[in-house]
Amino acid sequence: MGKPMKIRAAVKDGMTEVKILMQHDMETGLRKDADGSLIPAWFITEVKAEYDGRVVLDAQFGQSISKNPYLMFSFKGGSAGEKVKISWVDNKGDSRSDEVTISA
Amino acid sequence: MSKEIDLGRRKALSTGGIGLLALFGGASLLRPGEALAEWNQPAFTSKAVDEALSSLGATNPEESSVYIRLTVPEIAENGAVVPVGISTSLPKVEQIAIMVDKNPNVLAAVFTIPEGTAPEVTTRVKMGKTAHVVALVKSDGKYYRTSKEVKVTAGGCGG
Repeated sequence: MGKPMKIRAAVKDGMTEVKILMQHDMETGLRKDADGSLIPAWFITEVKAEYDGRVVLDAQFGQSISKNPYLMFSFKGGSAGEKVKISWVDNKGDSRSDEVTISA
Repeated sequence: MSKEIDLGRRKALSTGGIGLLALFGGASLLRPGEALAEWNQPAFTSKAVDEALSSLGATNPEESSVYIRLTVPEIAENGAVVPVGISTSLPKVEQIAIMVDKNPNVLAAVFTIPEGTAPEVTTRVKMGKTAHVVALVKSDGKYYRTSKEVKVTAGGCGG
């Protein structure tokens, strides 16, 4: 189970803006540790945002995304008090889902 | 000698394990009725922009700095965290992708934009050295790109 995300979602003028901060090392698989051996690749490969039972954003990540990935996007609609759900999966099969209530 | 053999075996076991885990982990999260694209391995292991473009089915995208706004810093003091924003005035946007042309794996992210979601994303990427950030947008079935150079004073892939 991954570490919890920080998510903010706010609706303004009919658009819901979502800001996500994930907690993940995002190891490229190209770095070496103190002994000179390669640190295996470990990174989020997919992020999905859902609102009202539909996917509002689907992202695929590679190793070039920074450690503790940040993501901002917005979608049409969304009501204050309703929830947005964010889920990610990494290349080791670990995953995490968090929900946030949309603020006005 | 025996240590070497052991290490080799351990390596083989661990990489095999990761592959299997990734396979099962990916599959188990896909619930029926959700049309999620599978992680595009050929594109994400591409070593050059042209290779990544063809893996995404985006050969010869039209150059368009007018319709695509790529927001990156001119100079990045820390290559480990470079903010990248992409927005576009193009209609019917289905996909947005970010690449860093000098990174070992050039493709950083591919966003699928459903109807109703704004064609605008912001994230942060790692840059090993001074390079061009490439934004790719698929609009109404056609691909467009633009790029900007970011000067990196301290690389983000050290270790």
